[in-house]
Amino acid sequence: MTEVLSASRAVARPGARRRTPGQRKEVRRQALIGWLFITPFALVFLLFLVAPLAYAFYLSLFTKGLATGTEFAWFSNYLQAFTDPAFLGGVGFVLRFVLVLIPIQMLVSLAAALVLDAITNRFARFARLMIFLPYAVPAVIGALMWGFLYSPSFGPLQQLFDVFGAQAPFLLSPDNVFSGLVNVVTWQWAGYYMIIIYAALQGIDSSVYEAARIDGANAWQLAFRVKVPLVANSLVLILVFALIGTLQFFTEPAILRPIANGSISASFTPNIYAYTVAFSYAQFNYASAISFALGFIVFICVFVFLFATRKRGSIFA
Amino acid sequence: MTAISTTTARVRAGGKRRPRRPRNVVAHLFLGALIVYFLIPLWWLIVASSKDTTGLFSGSGALWFDGGIHYLSNLEQMFTYQGGIYLRWIGNSLLYAIAGGVGATVVAVLAGYGFAKFVFPGRDFMFSVLLGSVMVPLTALVIPTFILFSDLKLTDTIWSVILPSLLSPFGVYLMRVYIADAVPNELLDAARVDGAGEFRTFVSVALPLLRPIVVTVLLLSVVASWNNYFLPLAMLSDSNLFPVTVGIGVWEGLATANNGGGHAIWSIIILGSLVSIVPLIIAFLSLQKYWQGGLSVGSLK
Repeated sequence: MTEVLSASRAVARPGARRRTPGQRKEVRRQALIGWLFITPFALVFLLFLVAPLAYAFYLSLFTKGLATGTEFAWFSNYLQAFTDPAFLGGVGFVLRFVLVLIPIQMLVSLAAALVLDAITNRFARFARLMIFLPYAVPAVIGALMWGFLYSPSFGPLQQLFDVFGAQAPFLLSPDNVFSGLVNVVTWQWAGYYMIIIYAALQGIDSSVYEAARIDGANAWQLAFRVKVPLVANSLVLILVFALIGTLQFFTEPAILRPIANGSISASFTPNIYAYTVAFSYAQFNYASAISFALGFIVFICVFVFLFATRKRGSIFA
Repeated sequence: MTAISTTTARVRAGGKRRPRRPRNVVAHLFLGALIVYFLIPLWWLIVASSKDTTGLFSGSGALWFDGGIHYLSNLEQMFTYQGGIYLRWIGNSLLYAIAGGVGATVVAVLAGYGFAKFVFPGRDFMFSVLLGSVMVPLTALVIPTFILFSDLKLTDTIWSVILPSLLSPFGVYLMRVYIADAVPNELLDAARVDGAGEFRTFVSVALPLLRPIVVTVLLLSVVASWNNYFLPLAMLSDSNLFPVTVGIGVWEGLATANNGGGHAIWSIIILGSLVSIVPLIIAFLSLQKYWQGGLSVGSLK
């Protein structure tokens, strides 16, 4: 990233030398045209990101009581959120979920990408597409399919256990719902992450491999000492995506809720809770505060993560 | 030149094939296991769609076909259930995905070009804000946008789903990185010297060089819109406007709510799920030579 920035800046430099009036006019013209190209995005950005956030923040500073009506209440909604066991429980769940899910996802996608990079035949090409396929499946459908596969009444898991006369674990029961969801999300996203790592691996100059081989590196050393460090940037990118996606977990638990027999509550994740507060209780001020607090938590988590990995360089470095 | 590149290609291929016999068996077994894992739900979906309700609940093998193949009668039932609303949902999904996806791509390619090829005051600041916004979780925007739109009387319209989909900071980032490398300044200057206007230069000189990244960003935004659930769920209450993801979620709720009568619609929910994933799978398989190149852009930098 830094390279790109400095490169484009270097290109821009010549205009910054001593300018004649004609050049100065040209610089101003360029600036105007640059702005014109940015304008549609700037508008979308202001209308659908800045405006909703600003408005939500404004609303979150008010409370609405039946007797008192709407009144300005400073940060009392946030105080309520950060002492609300329902909200904190959801936050705790997604944080635990991140800690378990992300290493598993990374391991699966990295291993698959390394193997696919090492083998080049028709089978590997087929495998690459099949592993990627779930990315094209909507999360709603992915969650539903796994919900059916887990189902004690018509899922294959129970039928497999029936052969041994045993009771299959119901992966949506309160004790198992965590691993049941880890499996659904891994299935859904590992292929997409695999493709990003794979593309980065394919971009490595093969002379690097020759050099490593001359130095006597075996295949494992080549994979873990040469390839993995060279794709560190894409690993960081994927981690950021996974972190943002998982902290705002909504679709899969929302879809599995009706068939989970009560193991997924209305405050299971912060987003589900915000949805419930907004649409079941019509408390839009409090829902705004929860959305805002969640966005803030995600932002802080990603920021801390990028700060911790900044030496490796990333898209934001 | 050609000779050199073919020899390097051969060296590379040869180098890759080298760690051969023992590792290859394990590696192939690993890939085989992954294929099975990633395909099982889809295979189950194909098999289960062929069954009628009794077949589904009869306890016969869930991963294999039973006596009756009921694709046609299930299809008929699905397309006529609730006055054929399923077809409408698919149409809505197409509309939202194409309008949102194409819109987001157009906005992103224009902005990426502006960021990559022009110098203007505030550019670096704008770009830092954009990178920061990649970290804002999009679903955290759903409820705030809903509240804003409901004050503007925009909820429960197609615009409430399409307009927020136009926002794609990551798409702009990908475009900028790609355009900075793929479009030489000399080429643009040459077009300008020839008297082409700025917009003409963009359309006829820069744009043809950007096909891989345009296809990639288009696919990414179409998929994001097609798969979106939270936004339309919050915005829409008229079932005639639902995309297929929300519609199937509603059917699922129906089926679980009244267990007796609900049993009957599980088979159309399953078939509906299968039909709803076909368009995107076809799009990905047919466009793979474009997006596989484009996806590497974000991670190489």
